[in-house]
Amino acid sequence: MLNEWFPNVKWDSMWEATMETLYMTAISVIATFILGAILGLLLFLTSKGNIWENVAVNKVISAFVNIFRSIPFIILIVLLIPFTKFLIGTMIGEDAALPALIIGAAPFYARMVEIGLREIDKGVIEAAKSMGAKTSTIIWKVLLPESMPALVSGITVTAIALVGYTAMAGVIGAGGLGNLAYLEGFQRSRNDVTLMATIIILIIVFIIQFIGDLITTKLDKR
Amino acid sequence: MISIKDVKKIYSSKKGQVKAVDEVNLEIKEGEIFGVIGYSGAGKSTLIRMLNGLELPTQGSVIVAGNEVSKIKGSKLRKARQEISMIFQHFNLLWSRSVRDNIAFPLEIAGVPRQERLKRVDELIKLVGLDGREDAYPSQLSGGQKQRVGIARALANNPKVLLCDEATSALDPQTTDSILDLLVDINERLGLTIVLITHEMHVIRKICHRVAVMEGGRIVEIGPVLDVFKNPKATITKRFVQQVTEPEETKETIDHLVDLYPRGKVVQLGFVGEEAEQPLITNLIRKFQVTVNILQGKISQTQNGSYGTLFIHVDGDAEEVAKAIDYIQSQQVGVEVISNA
Repeated sequence: MLNEWFPNVKWDSMWEATMETLYMTAISVIATFILGAILGLLLFLTSKGNIWENVAVNKVISAFVNIFRSIPFIILIVLLIPFTKFLIGTMIGEDAALPALIIGAAPFYARMVEIGLREIDKGVIEAAKSMGAKTSTIIWKVLLPESMPALVSGITVTAIALVGYTAMAGVIGAGGLGNLAYLEGFQRSRNDVTLMATIIILIIVFIIQFIGDLITTKLDKR
Repeated sequence: MISIKDVKKIYSSKKGQVKAVDEVNLEIKEGEIFGVIGYSGAGKSTLIRMLNGLELPTQGSVIVAGNEVSKIKGSKLRKARQEISMIFQHFNLLWSRSVRDNIAFPLEIAGVPRQERLKRVDELIKLVGLDGREDAYPSQLSGGQKQRVGIARALANNPKVLLCDEATSALDPQTTDSILDLLVDINERLGLTIVLITHEMHVIRKICHRVAVMEGGRIVEIGPVLDVFKNPKATITKRFVQQVTEPEETKETIDHLVDLYPRGKVVQLGFVGEEAEQPLITNLIRKFQVTVNILQGKISQTQNGSYGTLFIHVDGDAEEVAKAIDYIQSQQVGVEVISNA
């Protein structure tokens, strides 16, 4: 029946494209989580009244985050072509999409991390200080665990945005479902291919949201 | 144990300088429960935060348990802080950790090995009476239980000093009393020096040995709790003492009684310690031709003895009444004639 409804879909290439999308999403989500957490922590710690209060550093990071958050993703990919070529050696394929995906998403996530960290009760940080905790202890044992539900729900939203970004990257040659939908579906006027690619992307998004919600609920002991 | 010398803390803001703490000198002995009372903005919060280096004085020195907290930095300060624990008004527990893990946190910071940590946590849970709640999360606990976790956590590294920052201000009266009893118990059992700040005279009355009254960043009065209760000097101290010696409705009641008894005098007597046990009223009636009517009385218990107030109405021949009052004064009982009806 599937073949009746989707006569033009080649299932093996659809499967391959799905794997490419999942690969790009997974790697970029992991890298975004780490990079965004570091940037978010720096934004938080250097802000006024915090452990590493430093107006200059805070302004620099803040400006960097705001600039890269503001550039539309499709333009960012083009802007980053020289950087990608230098880093990966090519600009075709899934790996070539990764720098743009990470640089596009990490600043977005960094702001979410910062908001999550700001919601931690100042008193709890003060309590840790009063116990003689080092800054590294405060980061690993207070800031990160206490904001973890916010960090996880933030990365869920970011991961879903990243699925969308991979589709955009696909249009300019990164592979994946976006590439398939554009080349096989749109340019050859095979709407069933586009529809199938959309359905698979929706399923991926639903699964990400489901897992994210599950982990958030499990972590949140408030 | 604690010595505060010529300490000043000045905050500069756009509107000018604010003296949060002004020329404070204080000596607190080992094993003492020392209270600092004041309204909000009196500087007591800044003062207690200087004792563990969360705030640094603009001028002066703070020495706690042999460490000059106002000078040391880095790992030395962190080490010193493990001997100066603190509990907070809003408990400041980590909601992501269970009761057991919250209490273990300071032990992790101090680098205590896991096995020892578990053993110590079990001891502490028993000490503060939280048996059976080890695996609960803070959100599942009542305010009193949360503060017990706070206390257990504060005691984990066997500190020499315990700082209490409005530790009972967020609790209901009954829970407040149970937490205060726990603090006294800890003070007696472990010989821990306790410094607490509060705006409730009830807390001072119930557990403190000595009290300092703060207003506008200065200590306006200091002394053993009973002395301060017996003879409050500053206006603000009198107001605080009234919080506990006179029930709220007393003033209204007395006004009403003054209206009721147009003759004679309404007198407030203050008894301290053993004097409270003398048969003063009996003597008064036997020796003088007066009638005595007891209007209202109250006895409060402090750590250094009891303190009582009694309102009486003395009636009779004006001369006899005057003599009777002279007699009461000769008995070393605080006398205040409230009305000359």
